[in-house]
Amino acid sequence: MISTIMNATPTMLDHQNTNKRLQDPIWAEVRAQFPILDQQVNGRQLVYLDNAATTQKPKRVIDAISTYYQEYNANIHRGLHSLAERATAAYEDTREAVRAYINAKEAAEVIFTRGTTEGINLVAQAWGRANLNPGDEVLISGMEHHSNIVPWQMICQERGAKLKVIAVTDLGELDMASFYDQITEWTKMVAVVHVSNALGTINPVAEIVQAAKKVGAYTLVDGAQSTAHLEIDVQALDVDFFAFSSHKLYGPTGIGVLYGKRTVLDAMPPYQGGGEMIKEVSFEGTTYNELPYKFEAGTPNIADTVALLEAINFVNELGKPAMHAYEQSLLTYGTEQLNTIDGLRIIGQAANKISVLSFAIDGIHPQDLGILLDTYGIAVRTGHHCTQPLMKRLGLPGTTRASLAIYNTTSEVDLLVTGLRKAVKMLR
Amino acid sequence: MFDDWEGKYEYIIDLGKQLAPLAEEHKLDGNKIKGCQSTVWLVSRYENGLIHFEADSDAIIVRGLVSMLIKVLSGHSPAEIADADLYFIDRIGMTKHLAQTRSNGLLSMVKQMKFYALAYQLKD
Repeated sequence: MISTIMNATPTMLDHQNTNKRLQDPIWAEVRAQFPILDQQVNGRQLVYLDNAATTQKPKRVIDAISTYYQEYNANIHRGLHSLAERATAAYEDTREAVRAYINAKEAAEVIFTRGTTEGINLVAQAWGRANLNPGDEVLISGMEHHSNIVPWQMICQERGAKLKVIAVTDLGELDMASFYDQITEWTKMVAVVHVSNALGTINPVAEIVQAAKKVGAYTLVDGAQSTAHLEIDVQALDVDFFAFSSHKLYGPTGIGVLYGKRTVLDAMPPYQGGGEMIKEVSFEGTTYNELPYKFEAGTPNIADTVALLEAINFVNELGKPAMHAYEQSLLTYGTEQLNTIDGLRIIGQAANKISVLSFAIDGIHPQDLGILLDTYGIAVRTGHHCTQPLMKRLGLPGTTRASLAIYNTTSEVDLLVTGLRKAVKMLR
Repeated sequence: MFDDWEGKYEYIIDLGKQLAPLAEEHKLDGNKIKGCQSTVWLVSRYENGLIHFEADSDAIIVRGLVSMLIKVLSGHSPAEIADADLYFIDRIGMTKHLAQTRSNGLLSMVKQMKFYALAYQLKD
């Protein structure tokens, strides 16, 4: 499934089909589920195109948080009373839904975190301390988000290991020759981003994991940008760790998931100490709880975890292949329309992309575009997108990025293009 | 002053376009005030008891804002600059409209200008 989606390119959708899909009334119904979208910003209808930063939440997710606090707020796992049992069941229901969503073998391999960043830090610290030694190498890529760079820099420095970087091509794809050049018997971990947040590039993670396994390296995939758009099957991918955030998947902020293979997680020391993660505590020593609780010290973010279930249900009901096809049609349309703007260059022209439109306009600073678009009610992201090394590689101070989600429409793309034309005229 | 944000920005952009560019030799790392997204270069000159500022930015709206600050503060004594109440930033609604992340650059610039004023004051 993963490879089918990854091989799907915008050009595979013929134009007539695209238009038909865009008019499909189902997407109006989808949009109506997001109350926040129906508002005026600076006197104009909001056009929200910053979905790679965070997606908006359907009403059922918002309601789930409220219902939890109004009806069954209780601390989980230890209480014997009914509320505690209900809260525990709801919390564990989400874990099972996540397991199915990423096709993990068992629910115990799903660890709840605060988000992708915490998941990567957990692996870098707990796995890294036990497995990295002087002379070992960690291989990341030149298009990583800072959150998949800095945790590795920190642990490499601590353990005397070396951080190596896969080069990025001018089109914004991973240079696979550079990858094969740098993967050696010294490589202990390959940690790469599934989909680039700054460019939208879908990386060939299946190929990378296979090559890493051949040299005995562990693998981590940063799924922050892929989980809402592509089918994820961690067993088929055979990856050791897969991290993602709920808030980029139509779910609440402050909750995320770290998937880890049981054998790998079992062999790892805990990350944080505290309640929940222990079996027995005495001043002489402590025995740790089993998975997944070994990695979930303290009272977790129950409300948001419970609501994440609704976000997963929302996506499952629409179906990822249908969502992907719709988003790809938006990407094709958006790319065509943006290319009609004089001096605009799409940054990131990979063959396989999700619906991210990053661009630069000759002689115009992205910050100016972002500020003016905001006055038209259009929310985009400008700047380095927490990928400073990538921006340096591409020779840009930053880009303007419109990232599209399931509730966006071609009319919104049109408003973006009109807004850009107006802004460019003012700024030149 | 203006009916809408567009008019306000049009004015600021015009100021930005009119501001004389800073000579390349002044665009040094030491003169940089780093914001999250754009860069401001600020240089000061102390002559006959007055401070003169010159500045530039790679983003035009920030250049416009910088130009306003220079119009207000440049050519005054260190004491005047150190005590200046920059009510106009609030008055034109800039602090509110430029969300914190964006206005940081502007606020750091005001801070830097006042810092120069204090430094020259101490030197006297």
